Amino acid sequence: MGNHHVIVALAGNPNSGKTTIFNNITGSHQRVGNYPGVTVERREGVRRFKDRELLFLDLPGTYSLTAHSQDEVVARTAIINETPDLIVNVLDASNLDRNMYLALQLLELERPVILALNMVDMAEKRGLKLNVALLSQKLGTPIVKMVGRHNRGTRQLLETVINVADEQACNEFRLDYGAEVERAIAEINSGFNATADLKYPRRWLAIKLLENDEEIRAIVGQLPQTENLLAVVDQARDDLYTQFGEAPEFVITECRYRFISAVCNEVISSEGEWVQTASDKIDRVLTNRLIGLPIFFGIMWLLFQIVFTIGQYPQGWIEQGVAIFSGLISTYMPDGELKSLVVDGIIGGVGGVLTFLPNILLLFLGIALLEDSGYMARAAFVMDRIMKAVGLHGKAFIPLLVGFGCNVPAIMGTRTLENPRDRLVTILVAPMMSCSARLPIYTLLIAAFFSPELAGTILFAIYLLGVVLAIVMAKLFRKVLFPGETETFVMEMPAYHMPTIRSIVIHMWERSMLYLKKAGTLILAASILVWFMVSYPSDVSYSRDYDQAKVQTEVNYSFLINDEVFTPLHIRMVEENVDFSKMVDKLKVLDEQGKNDPDEIQTKQGKLEQANPEIYTFASKYWALEKKRDDDIEALDKAQASEKLAGSYAGQFGKIVEPVLKPLGFDWKIGVGLFAAVAAKEVLVSTLGTIYSVGGVGGDSAALGEVLAADPTFSPLVACSLIVFTLLYSPCLAALAVVRRETNSWKWTIFTSVYSTILAWVMAFLIFQIGTLLGIGL
Amino acid sequence: MAKMLNQLKPGDVGIVCRVIGNGAVKRRLLDMGLVAGTPVKVQKYAPLGDPMEIKVKNFNLSLRKAEAALIELS
Repeated sequence: MGNHHVIVALAGNPNSGKTTIFNNITGSHQRVGNYPGVTVERREGVRRFKDRELLFLDLPGTYSLTAHSQDEVVARTAIINETPDLIVNVLDASNLDRNMYLALQLLELERPVILALNMVDMAEKRGLKLNVALLSQKLGTPIVKMVGRHNRGTRQLLETVINVADEQACNEFRLDYGAEVERAIAEINSGFNATADLKYPRRWLAIKLLENDEEIRAIVGQLPQTENLLAVVDQARDDLYTQFGEAPEFVITECRYRFISAVCNEVISSEGEWVQTASDKIDRVLTNRLIGLPIFFGIMWLLFQIVFTIGQYPQGWIEQGVAIFSGLISTYMPDGELKSLVVDGIIGGVGGVLTFLPNILLLFLGIALLEDSGYMARAAFVMDRIMKAVGLHGKAFIPLLVGFGCNVPAIMGTRTLENPRDRLVTILVAPMMSCSARLPIYTLLIAAFFSPELAGTILFAIYLLGVVLAIVMAKLFRKVLFPGETETFVMEMPAYHMPTIRSIVIHMWERSMLYLKKAGTLILAASILVWFMVSYPSDVSYSRDYDQAKVQTEVNYSFLINDEVFTPLHIRMVEENVDFSKMVDKLKVLDEQGKNDPDEIQTKQGKLEQANPEIYTFASKYWALEKKRDDDIEALDKAQASEKLAGSYAGQFGKIVEPVLKPLGFDWKIGVGLFAAVAAKEVLVSTLGTIYSVGGVGGDSAALGEVLAADPTFSPLVACSLIVFTLLYSPCLAALAVVRRETNSWKWTIFTSVYSTILAWVMAFLIFQIGTLLGIGL
Repeated sequence: MAKMLNQLKPGDVGIVCRVIGNGAVKRRLLDMGLVAGTPVKVQKYAPLGDPMEIKVKNFNLSLRKAEAALIELS
């Protein structure tokens, strides 16, 4: 056969280890989770093997191929439209009875199928003995044994793929549905125009029509010369209903499962029924009636403690690194607008974002551990009663939990919800899950305004507030927008697995790269935009001539120093009196060394005074005047910078919205930050960084938190108000873009943005106004 | 009066006779293998009493009591 490349579709049940095998084959980086439906998007990866190029399409994990869920429709349309050379169906060997149900449906699509029997080690551990050769013979299709988690069987699978692709033989499998159903299938088949070019296999179409598959009915309805076909189908369905007392789709399902049972009885020998597996034993504790929920909340609490406490160490290192880098650039670049752009705009913006990478890495470490271990499904199990009460599916808890990492995958993950109404409500409230991009804002404000002992508790309270409001809003939306039933809660509880380091690393790597890419493009652009808005127009008309005032201050002080120090000492400059000059130097050094210890300064000053009382009097007077002069000039600089900022585009914008934000305790600077942060929430930090490093002289070296703490606008109460506003207001552009894609509606996208901003305003208003009334945190 | 799955206690075993109804719930339950003649065993109920976890074939499945109430046992 030729050297053409081979297209392979990878199909399988959720939790069959399909994603792990996909990663083993292609080395591509993809999320591996134990929760049903993590793989929503179609992924592909290329693998070269024996000089052949193999293109693997990773289909969504599904249990069946009906039209009832989006995933299943995506999977089967991909198999039809992408015309793969063959399908690799990954099956969990320890659970063949159910996994084969999908396999039968794949075989009916009349493409070559290879069965990849995964997790054979687990099956053996459970005491299942499989006769693989017999199974292969029964299904008329090749089988490869694999252990995806240990990367065993990958080579064999690839070799089988190439063999099967070269043979190009279609599978011969045909399930006998019994005389009545087969007669109906034949009848429908004869109704198809013999020459019509059908993308789908005819027998499959006939079965789907009998199953009353709405998508296929619509497709067939549009075929030419098939006017009577749907009538034939309806008649056949009615006849079957009368014969079996049950709708044909259920008759067909039962028939498939009967076949599977028969095959499994022959192929598998097990050691008795109802084996309590290791997972069952673990679940005796983790989903225990009494301690299941406390454990769940404990795990959630622990997760955020780890993110906050452990995260602060590497955070400090990165902060120092960025400061050193920015200092180097400052030293070696000539002054001017370009330097301002690089240091204040680019390094200030991106550096601020980089600082919080450790938090994000740790958060995704936790989420990956929960997903890959299998605990996520248990979380849904223990939480469903609560979720049901607010009109959401227990499954909705998982995308919402993923939302703590990032709202974008959370919104995408809602696709696992089959009922469109449930999906939409979940999408609408998902942005209230505080994503990791908001974490930098909390950590900044909490560190600046609250004691370290309180930090973990406050952070937990913020996340809790988001959850509570999401619940309230979900209930409201369901009541007002979509009165109706919730979807079913039928969910597999996958076996617990020890997460592999490989998959955890892939997960963390992928997440942090996404975050950094966002930092690299979106945030950089936003930073430069903000820098521009903050720095221009540069010709601001000041209330007074600051340059003149500064010169005047210098002159005034040099006269003062001359009169009070130099003249009595009979010198014209410091260096002319060696004792005096040395004394001044000593005082300077003393000031720098003893910043934190006033007592020590006093003792040492006393010693210096004793050594030479006359010179000491003049030297201390001189040093005091110098310091006072520098303070006065700095005050002028700050006033000037502040006026410049107030006159800039950013200031102008901020002032326009200030009246709206005033009742929340915010000034125009915060207004500018909040506006810029719609691009991506973490931008608030870099924006405030830019605003304050431009606005305050010497702000470069001081950490942003210290600068904020020193700003009279801020108080612990304002910090609280700002944290809550940031938590709730409009999701970032990336999240809005995904909402648009998933809801396929601008109306819902705009609605999401507007309602959340209004909610944010109301909550921040309540906090600030009530806090002010009660005099808390002013 | 036939016994329904939601009436079983943890540890109880039964055999599916049929699933009542015609809609998406039934479709889903059947897809997951709860067809007539399938033995099921109740593992436990969730901490707040709902949903429940059952063993069916070789795997564990969780479902709400309202859904279990559609599964008639023989």
